[in-house]
Amino acid sequence: MTDVAASPPAAGAPSQGQGLHTSDAARKRLKARYASEARFKFFGIAAVLTAAFFLVLLLSTIVGQAIPAFNQHYVTIPVDLSQESLDPNNEGEAVLRRVDYDAVVRNGLRSLFPYVESRGDRRTLGGLVSSGSAVRIRQAVLDDPDATIGQTSFAVPLDDVADLYFKGQVSEERFVETTGEASPTGTEGTIQILSTANDFRDLLADVKDFLGEQADEVERELASRERSLERAEIDIVSYRDRMPEEGADRREFFEDQVQILERGINGLNANIRDLTAELADLRARSTAAGADEVLTTELPSILVEINGGVVKASSINATAVEGEVIVPLTTTAAASGGDWSIREVVLPERNRKLDDRSLIYLDQLAAEERVERQFNMIFFSSGASREAELAGIWGAVVGSFFTMIVTLSLAFPLGVAAAIYLEEFAPKNRLTQLIEVNINNLAAVPSIVFGLLGLAVFLNTFGLPRSAPLVGGMVLALMTLPTIIIASRAALRAVPPSIREGALGVGASKLQTVLHHVLPLAMPGILTGTIIGMAQALGETAPLLMIGMVAFIVDIPSTPVDPSTVLPVQIFMWADFPEVLFRQKTSAAILVLLAFLVTMNALAVILRKRFERRW
Amino acid sequence: MSTTNVQDAAQDMSQQAETTTAHETAAQSSQAPGSDVAPGGTTITDAPPDVIKMKGRNVDVFYGDKQALFDVDLDIGERQVTALIGPSGCGKSTFLRCLNRMNDTIDIARIEGDITLGEQDIYDPHIDVVELRARVGMIFQKPNPFPKSIFENIAYGPRIHGLADTKTDLEEIVVTSLQKAGLFEEVKDRLDAPGTGLSGGQQQRLCIARAIATSPEVLLMDEPCSALDPIATAKVEELIDELRENFTVVIVTHSMQQAARVSQRTAFFHLGILVEVGATDQIFTNPRDTRTRDYITGRFG
Repeated sequence: MTDVAASPPAAGAPSQGQGLHTSDAARKRLKARYASEARFKFFGIAAVLTAAFFLVLLLSTIVGQAIPAFNQHYVTIPVDLSQESLDPNNEGEAVLRRVDYDAVVRNGLRSLFPYVESRGDRRTLGGLVSSGSAVRIRQAVLDDPDATIGQTSFAVPLDDVADLYFKGQVSEERFVETTGEASPTGTEGTIQILSTANDFRDLLADVKDFLGEQADEVERELASRERSLERAEIDIVSYRDRMPEEGADRREFFEDQVQILERGINGLNANIRDLTAELADLRARSTAAGADEVLTTELPSILVEINGGVVKASSINATAVEGEVIVPLTTTAAASGGDWSIREVVLPERNRKLDDRSLIYLDQLAAEERVERQFNMIFFSSGASREAELAGIWGAVVGSFFTMIVTLSLAFPLGVAAAIYLEEFAPKNRLTQLIEVNINNLAAVPSIVFGLLGLAVFLNTFGLPRSAPLVGGMVLALMTLPTIIIASRAALRAVPPSIREGALGVGASKLQTVLHHVLPLAMPGILTGTIIGMAQALGETAPLLMIGMVAFIVDIPSTPVDPSTVLPVQIFMWADFPEVLFRQKTSAAILVLLAFLVTMNALAVILRKRFERRW
Repeated sequence: MSTTNVQDAAQDMSQQAETTTAHETAAQSSQAPGSDVAPGGTTITDAPPDVIKMKGRNVDVFYGDKQALFDVDLDIGERQVTALIGPSGCGKSTFLRCLNRMNDTIDIARIEGDITLGEQDIYDPHIDVVELRARVGMIFQKPNPFPKSIFENIAYGPRIHGLADTKTDLEEIVVTSLQKAGLFEEVKDRLDAPGTGLSGGQQQRLCIARAIATSPEVLLMDEPCSALDPIATAKVEELIDELRENFTVVIVTHSMQQAARVSQRTAFFHLGILVEVGATDQIFTNPRDTRTRDYITGRFG
């Protein structure tokens, strides 16, 4: 193909004949045709590649976001679930129900961190595991008391931020090689660590660079403030100039404007003064190489691990740091180069959800090999939750399932029956034409209109329950009906007339002809249309918002009249939450929904292939 | 019967026509049609059948505003083959489809006049079309077996008409029908195979078996061989000749040789008018209307 296009046969050949199809004009036409074919091919390929590129981009973004959500970290904590502590008198479930399982978790965690004593630190510690941990232990005890009572350890899910830390999504970290001998001045409280070499020099330089960047940012802000100031001043001048020419009322208005602007200028001036001072300070700190630096929460954190303890640096110079001991040191003995380590957490503490203390505690848990990565069963087995690590899609999947069942059982029989009647039996008159046109138009009605209809009719007039899959299914059935009717009519029309004639010819009645011969042949097409309509309904959000399926429902629905939500609405709700893990779960839920849609479409293809008959 | 003679005669006619074409064309252009040509609408009828099975009187058919058949009077003789011939669009298929009310399925079709089966007016509003179609079976131009097994194809008609009480009865009907259609030997080992898997000629014979399974009195065939090769055609023609023993057959065909070979009576349609009807050998050897003569000699159509 390309070869032919590249070398038109007549090119370069001596012009032998001057016939209608061999003349120079004909060759020119031929060349033009090849060119236009090549152009067409190019545009076609370009279109396909562009579409494919965006599809791949979309999918890779979603998959990339979703993958972390399919795993979850659990931490195994010691727990006291002995018979004596839970239910000393062996009274059974009633007592087991009332046990303070929060305390069980709390005590278990504290036993791992004996040095954590202050209230604030203990709260930080408690925040590391999911707030649903106690509920999970309680559930395990109640579900299977024999196996659970007496256990001395229990794996509980980590809090979402802690989980993200182990997935490496909290901050970039850098480890610095140590060469000098470091000697701490104490084991607890605020201590200094002095190194015999310039081990902290690079870190200090880093911090200075960071200050420089901050200074640049302040400078840009300052510039924009100054521009605002200039504009305000120009405005004042122009008002003042025009004032004498205007009447009394206008003059008053101008006076007001000038006053407003002057107040604004005062504010701006104060702001500019502050910023200038800050800028000067930052510049001074960033350029004074080697000078001591105080590490605020706006700067990268520096953590020193030495003699089994951890120190969080609060000020730093080239050879020493001063800071608070978070994990107590065992001795004050000097550690030689390589035996102690420095870690820089690049993202400033103020800009992340996980503070340095939590981070150190988590490191300790990991070092004790208590943290384990597992497949995220919670995501697939639980309902909605405000806690990102406890939120799952199962409630939405069940809701979607009930909704689809209701939709299918309403839309399929109604749609097929309507299609058969309209296509095979209805007289062709004005009325049926009107109905036909309206059905075709219904297919183009925005789905939210069906939601409004559901709200007005099913909820307000019929008084059906809000947020129920039953009503959702009814609304979606209305939305799917036109699709099914149109697809079914097309399928019925595609059955060759020879089959109808054959059946009529052997004396089958009209109904027998349709039911015995036409309908079975049209079935693959009808099923394809139905499945595509159902897939559309499965992905529909807007009409369900109108009938209250957007509610936050924790319980898994067990019947179609229980309040529930559906997959696309769940995705819609999660997409609103700020937590990183919710963002990831949004993508994961999208993948699950896509998997359902792909499965349904594949089913349509298989059904079509399976039932397709030749005639 | 003298099928071969008729065929020969038809061939003679066409040879003769070739030699005389120039002369006759000249004659026709200069003068009006011959004196023995009936005026439009009046049919030349020869040799009425001994026993009349179906009778059409003053049949007019309209498709919307367009009239497709004009005042057709035609008798169908019992237990003989009647061939309807004529150029495309002349109304022969339209007439055939009137005989079992197949035209009812076309919304815009309207039929006037009387058609009787035996003594019964088939357009009587009280008559059940389904029962009529069981009595007047039909075979179509293109073989149209149902996309089911060979057995089911044939069993379908008897089943919906309640002709078989037990499975054995049904099997017997299927086997007999296949035997009558001359297909049994070819398919007896694969009655469960799909009917659409057979060859074109076999499919058409399957359709014939399907039609005769309901024991109709009349069989209508709408160009049954036009989609078949010569060998399959020969088999089907042979079959039609045998079917004459038990059934009244009406066949529409474009092949004059076929009409000559299989039919006893032939009716020639032209532009919605039944021009001439008579014994087949008479029509082919001694047509009385010039239009008939022109058609069978291959002058037009």
